[in-house]
Amino acid sequence: MDPVIYMDNNATTKVDPAVVEEMLPYFEQWYGNPSSMHSFGGRVAKKIQQARERIAALLGCQPDEILFTSGGTESDNTAIHGTLAAYPRKRKIITTRVEHPAILSPCRHLEQHGYEIYELSVDRQGRLSLDELAEVLDDNTALVTIMYANNETGVIFPIEGIGALCRARGVPFHTDAAQAVGKIPLNLKDSTIDMLSLSGHKLHAPKGIGVLYIRRGVRLVPFILGGHQEAGRRGGTENVPGIIGLGKAAELAGAYMEDENTRVRALRDRLEAKILATCPDTIVNGDRQNRLPNTLNVSFEYVEGESILMMLNQYGICASSGSACTSGSLEPSHVMRAMGVPFTAAHGSVRFSLSRFNTQQEVDFVGEKIGPIIHRLRQLSPFVKTA
Amino acid sequence: MWDYTDKVMEHFLNPKNVGRIENPDGIGEVGSLACGDALTFTFKLGPDGRIADAKFQTFGCASAIASSSVLTEMVKGLTLEEAEKITNKDIVERLGGLPEQKMHCSVMGHEALMAAIAYYRSKGKGAPPAVKSGKIVCTCFGVTDEEIRRVVRDNNLTTVEQVTNYCKAGGGCGGCKGQIEKLIEEVQGDKVRQLRTAPEPQPRKLTNIQKIALIQEVLGEQVRPAMRAHGGDIELIDVVGNRVIVAFRGMCASCKLADYTMKEIVEAKLHEYVSPDLIVEEETDSAQRPHNHQES
Repeated sequence: MDPVIYMDNNATTKVDPAVVEEMLPYFEQWYGNPSSMHSFGGRVAKKIQQARERIAALLGCQPDEILFTSGGTESDNTAIHGTLAAYPRKRKIITTRVEHPAILSPCRHLEQHGYEIYELSVDRQGRLSLDELAEVLDDNTALVTIMYANNETGVIFPIEGIGALCRARGVPFHTDAAQAVGKIPLNLKDSTIDMLSLSGHKLHAPKGIGVLYIRRGVRLVPFILGGHQEAGRRGGTENVPGIIGLGKAAELAGAYMEDENTRVRALRDRLEAKILATCPDTIVNGDRQNRLPNTLNVSFEYVEGESILMMLNQYGICASSGSACTSGSLEPSHVMRAMGVPFTAAHGSVRFSLSRFNTQQEVDFVGEKIGPIIHRLRQLSPFVKTA
Repeated sequence: MWDYTDKVMEHFLNPKNVGRIENPDGIGEVGSLACGDALTFTFKLGPDGRIADAKFQTFGCASAIASSSVLTEMVKGLTLEEAEKITNKDIVERLGGLPEQKMHCSVMGHEALMAAIAYYRSKGKGAPPAVKSGKIVCTCFGVTDEEIRRVVRDNNLTTVEQVTNYCKAGGGCGGCKGQIEKLIEEVQGDKVRQLRTAPEPQPRKLTNIQKIALIQEVLGEQVRPAMRAHGGDIELIDVVGNRVIVAFRGMCASCKLADYTMKEIVEAKLHEYVSPDLIVEEETDSAQRPHNHQES
């Protein structure tokens, strides 16, 4: 296979070799159950505790505020269902129209069962309005759940402002930070966030492991019932290698935070500049002032996203699109629609998401190939009259 | 990732006959930017009455481009009578197959060919042919009952999911799935009748609590998804006797649903599923607000 240029890191990331190395002994050599009474298992429990501490250090919280789950989706479901169960008399959830399906699907399911779901809108730049939130927050609200940063556009939401509004009302605030952790420095101790979801495979740990941070004192009824693991808050034998891998990945994320916000950001900006310079009728989607350092979402007008991806794929370039053909449905992505991106542009949106493993050489290669690809597809398009 | 055949990739990467013929004998324009794919197909006849040249321009995914490209190859040298016999199935066969969810790409190619032939035939006779005939069933993608009947017949389809794959109908809000089911039954008859499981709505005497619960359910399942898909929402405010009071939130002005009065659609649904006596009223507050998208 030809070399791959991977710029789809908001979908999933490469597991860092140091993470793999950390995990390997816990498959064949130290396979004990951390709950066991023998020291063979106890040794594993100690290693889990170390992972918990490493993650707490990255998030700026206490180790006992970390709950291990099977991933971002489980963390989100736990936060939603666990909170509703803790506040049975409150019947309303406030969220946004641009959340990940891991939030939107459970919310819409709950709506069928009598809950009121309020979805905040976003403007053309993908920004939320705190005023709208303040207007709809009421005593019936059981939970506010708003993502830290959007996975498609990279737009970062005013999380502390949202949390402050929630706190003033006494409403628990959860944020899905799958895209933010490792890219934005966090200090949950001094934050207004009550619960936070993160996903291992978005930060160079393996798939199948995630965390739900639960601030001490926040009421939450267990979602997955079983054994006494995770202090009785989540049943099921721990995903030991996954947890250990995530611990290492968290340590590395802390170490590379600076790199992510300088070198990776510069690479992203370089790619953006090159694309805008070589492709006319191209729009950057999302608020460029408040954006994850690794994410670039551009719309190439009059061409369709899947075609662009297939052409990029010919060069081994991996990206993703919000077009109908790639979203698994017949309509373009709900995020593009919520932002009011015109159809001419929504179907031609492409997301490049970088990581610390990308190089300037790769960025320049993509920048060189994209112009001719767009030009070629526009020659095929009936909507470009000049072609 | 889609599993495209080598033939599809070949036509996508090296499409044949790209462009638009000047002063064509026939031209067919189908699809739209909003729907995510669109095709302009033109042809010119030779002195022998056979198609001498055909060209296309397509906005769409790899399979849409490949379907258009292969179609231009297929029609060259054919008389119009021969070209008319081509179906979307023939296009799929020439491509060595398409993923199920991409069948609508071949249907779009076929529609463009038919539209171009109809254009040629109507020339000199005044009015250009109507692009669409029949009654709109799927408001999200603007698909008519005639189009649905044709794909069901040509491709021997038996499920709503297949119809969605072949012509997109039912792939947006899903509010028209019941109607699609009826059309499949109409075309396929006994072949599908025993497969259907959804019970027909039955008239019955409801208690007040049952009535309100049923209205909630119908609004939740039949109406709200359609409104959501178009950036709006509906809320049940109250039920007073047979008066159902609702509020509409933020409808998108540019969508096809705006052609109808939302109130009538809601009323029709409630008549069908709850009781024919119900009257839908819009809450005063909601009625005064324009049902538009917020632009900033």
